[in-house]
Amino acid sequence: MSRLALRMLLRDWRAGELRVLALALVVAVMSVTSVGFFADRVRHALAGEAHQLLGADLLIKADHPFDNAYHDEALARSLRIATAATFVSMARGAESAQLVGVKAVSAAYPLRGKLRVAQAPNAADAEVAVVPSPGTIWVDERVLPALDKRVGDDLELGDARLRIDGILTVEPDRGVSFFNIAPRVMMNEADVAATGLIQVGSRVNYAFYVAGEREAVQRYEAWAKPRLSRGEEMQSLDNARPEIRQSLDRAQQFLGLTALLAVVLAAVAIGLSTQRYTNRHLNSYAVMRCLGATQRRLMNLFAWEFLLLGVLSCALGCVLGYFAQGVLAASLGGLIGGGEALPSPTLVPALQGFATGLVLLLGFALPPLLQLKNVSALRVIRRDVGAPRQSALFAYGLGLIALSALLIWQAGDIKLGSYVVGGFVAAFGLFAAAGYLGLRALAAFGRHGSLAWRYGLASLRRRSRSNTIQILSLSLGLTAILLLSFTRNDLIDAWRNRTPVDAPNRFVLNIQPEQRQPVLDFFTQHGLQAPNVYPMVRGRLVAINDETVNADAYEDQRSRRLVEREFNLSYMDAIPGHNQVSAGRWFDVAALQAGALSVEEGIAERLGIKVGDRLMWSVGGEQFSAPVTNLRKLNWDSMQVNFFVITTPALLEKFPTSYITSFHLSGAHGALMNELTQTFPNLTVVDMSAILNQALSMMEQVVQAVQFVFLFALIAGVLVLYSALLATQDERVQEAAVMRALGASRAQVGLAQRAEFLALGLLAGLLASAGATAIGYVLAWKVFEFPYDLNAWVWLAGPALGLLCVGFNTWAGTRAALSQPPIVALREA
Amino acid sequence: MVKTTGLAKIVPGVNGSDSLSILQDIELEILPGEAVAVVGASGSGKSTLLGLLAGLDTPSHGSVQLDGIELYKLDEDGRAALRAQLLGFVFQSFQLLPPLTALENVMLPLELANDEYAEAKARAMLERVGLGERLKHYPKYLSGGEQQRVALARAFVVHPKLLLADEPTGNLDAATGASIIDLLFELNAEAGTTLVLVTHDETLARRCGRQIRLASGRVVNGSAQ
Repeated sequence: MSRLALRMLLRDWRAGELRVLALALVVAVMSVTSVGFFADRVRHALAGEAHQLLGADLLIKADHPFDNAYHDEALARSLRIATAATFVSMARGAESAQLVGVKAVSAAYPLRGKLRVAQAPNAADAEVAVVPSPGTIWVDERVLPALDKRVGDDLELGDARLRIDGILTVEPDRGVSFFNIAPRVMMNEADVAATGLIQVGSRVNYAFYVAGEREAVQRYEAWAKPRLSRGEEMQSLDNARPEIRQSLDRAQQFLGLTALLAVVLAAVAIGLSTQRYTNRHLNSYAVMRCLGATQRRLMNLFAWEFLLLGVLSCALGCVLGYFAQGVLAASLGGLIGGGEALPSPTLVPALQGFATGLVLLLGFALPPLLQLKNVSALRVIRRDVGAPRQSALFAYGLGLIALSALLIWQAGDIKLGSYVVGGFVAAFGLFAAAGYLGLRALAAFGRHGSLAWRYGLASLRRRSRSNTIQILSLSLGLTAILLLSFTRNDLIDAWRNRTPVDAPNRFVLNIQPEQRQPVLDFFTQHGLQAPNVYPMVRGRLVAINDETVNADAYEDQRSRRLVEREFNLSYMDAIPGHNQVSAGRWFDVAALQAGALSVEEGIAERLGIKVGDRLMWSVGGEQFSAPVTNLRKLNWDSMQVNFFVITTPALLEKFPTSYITSFHLSGAHGALMNELTQTFPNLTVVDMSAILNQALSMMEQVVQAVQFVFLFALIAGVLVLYSALLATQDERVQEAAVMRALGASRAQVGLAQRAEFLALGLLAGLLASAGATAIGYVLAWKVFEFPYDLNAWVWLAGPALGLLCVGFNTWAGTRAALSQPPIVALREA
Repeated sequence: MVKTTGLAKIVPGVNGSDSLSILQDIELEILPGEAVAVVGASGSGKSTLLGLLAGLDTPSHGSVQLDGIELYKLDEDGRAALRAQLLGFVFQSFQLLPPLTALENVMLPLELANDEYAEAKARAMLERVGLGERLKHYPKYLSGGEQQRVALARAFVVHPKLLLADEPTGNLDAATGASIIDLLFELNAEAGTTLVLVTHDETLARRCGRQIRLASGRVVNGSAQ
């Protein structure tokens, strides 16, 4: 049976009957598996090497130095330990300075996994079992060109001069580089004091690494867990790197759903092309029945044929998907620390790809195929005995349910999944309705003009069902592409333009009280206006209205992180110029005497703080409380120094304070910053424009990956277009033959067909432009909250792309209609 | 070989009008090796009779026996199996499968019967009908006469006991039609097949041993035997 099915498959393939169907399957499976393979590699990297990613078996992180209890207990239990302190600072060369992420490590670091170091850029790296010896550092490759240094040169870090001893290529527990914008400088912890970089107000992350016998580590974990204080967090093998897991889960979810757009469109293409296959095989089926094949035998034969086709297409889709994931890994790999270092994927995504392909085949190819079962053998004598029609909704019901299940499964939760399914249904409904109405309008418009135009545009209405499907699929694919190519840039430009040209582009942190005046003098000495300098004290929110703040009480991650971390508090008696009071009153004399708080309205809403509430703070081991007398509205885009919480001066003045400032520095004064950091080595200067550009380039990488996945959707959209064309091709050929028999010229018939396709391409393109613009508006309005200007180009690009996509169809359709003499088509009818 | 008793086909009228009687009280007996023509004007019920004899349709009344087997006591698959065993077909519109070459079209009934020598037998048969040079051609590249030769080869390749031919020259010009009919009778004689030939061509009908004339669904001349 299977051999005959294979022969039938080869014959049908040769006749071109199954190519669109196979292609649609390949595209769908490729789309799903490319994302699947990539996600699998990342997950594998996280799960398989969790202890390497942790750099230990157990890791405790804190925003303050650890007390000795952790250390002593670990040693008492014969566990190995290591420590690290991470902070941001400026590294200086002779002419330039560079913001770097410094990691000062103890000799035993890392306890699990290995560091790798190269001796020159692009040279082979090697594992090392040591850390930089005192007086030396290892740096990220990109530090060297930024400071015009080579391995062996000296580099200034704070008050210290350290020799670059190698290029750090692998660091096991490096955080997501998405957030680690500054390149790494690794040093020995013995040198920290000499740099003088860790001072009051410095934001330093401390890490305490533990490794040893599994049970001993578990017992230590049980001992340490209840002792964790605020700002301390424990990571073990089970919950290693939650931030990576979370952001990758989300990225995978998004890419997965994007991939499913191609699957949805492929489903339409598969349904259409199988319907055509069925229509063309009605006679063959009847003849084979005549030749004595039983119904069961024939259905088995067709089922085997399609199954073989499905398995081969899915296999090809998986192989191509495997290669395509390489593109994703190259785009996104940098964000998770070196795409090439990812382990090979497992076979699981291939199985998922196969499952998706089979769902498509069973859900969308089987129903039209089953219609063959009802074909009467009598058709060989009487052509009018056709296949009984089933209601499309009923026939494809199972497929639609399966597809919805696939979407919900990919979305990972029922609520989001239902939104996505609902979104798809709404988008399909909206585009279909708009397409249908557009067709009617064009057809009405087409009552004027030459015969060929009239005829071509009238065809729009006659074939409104298949034409609506074509418009729908093409416009969905094009919307995705326009959204990513035009709307994205518009949104980014609009966002950039919101920041004034002379907005501050440098932040200076870590200014110590005694440096405050000298720093201001530095500006005036160089002919610049002295910027506003704000005091900054770090404190933790302890209670709201006497109720202890508990991170677990907040549902969203961001609120939890906010209350767990220390706040940067400031104090002043006058409101900063770029702040506005939105509720209550700014500190009056009474408030200044009694002590009061001003809170940013967004964070107040997030944490449920109102005017009149009393907040208790812990600063430097002391606690104080004060009432909130006003809420402030901030313009975050102003790039000024902003504080979530400002207190009256009396409350905070007594605590250790550092100062922060921001100012605009034109390109001409660029070298000044180097001088500033040379004069005040402990200062950290953050170049916001560089960071912004880096963030944008990272976003670009993400967008590239998404765009790549959207490409599958576009290919699937074009396949739908082509399969819809094929579905009506026999009818078109027949019509063209009748027209020519009645005296129409080839030119007239060609023009009539082109008019129809032209209208289709234009309509689909316009709908896509409208879709992309509408989504752009909603994003600008709801998500980014800024005005969005209409882009005229998108309205040209949409129809142009639409015409380009139907161009092939126009050519193929007209060629088919005119390629044979009319008598052939008429005889075949 | 073929025997019908009280065979009738009535179809319900359109939009509630009276039902339409297409065939009534057909009593036929066709002996093995006989060549019988069924003649009549358009709409006389010829094709319906052929469909019933082949088990492609279901009668309203009466029965059909093929080689002693009650055709309509079998279910649809049973009738298909019987067709595979006994029948060959030739149609007015050839009914070749467009995606298959001439050779593959002739191989098809053998393949469906799991005949492992399908290709060799089909080749030999195509050579017999004079198309040995056109094995790899698709139907659309063959002339009408050549297509009907392929159809004859497909019908005879399984050595049927009964050949049913529905207006085999209806789509052909006179000269080609005549050569096809010559070939049909030659093959029929070689294989000793029973032939039932539906036609409205009186000349063609006269080449058969017996004619059964239908008018308005009834046999108006000829006899059951």
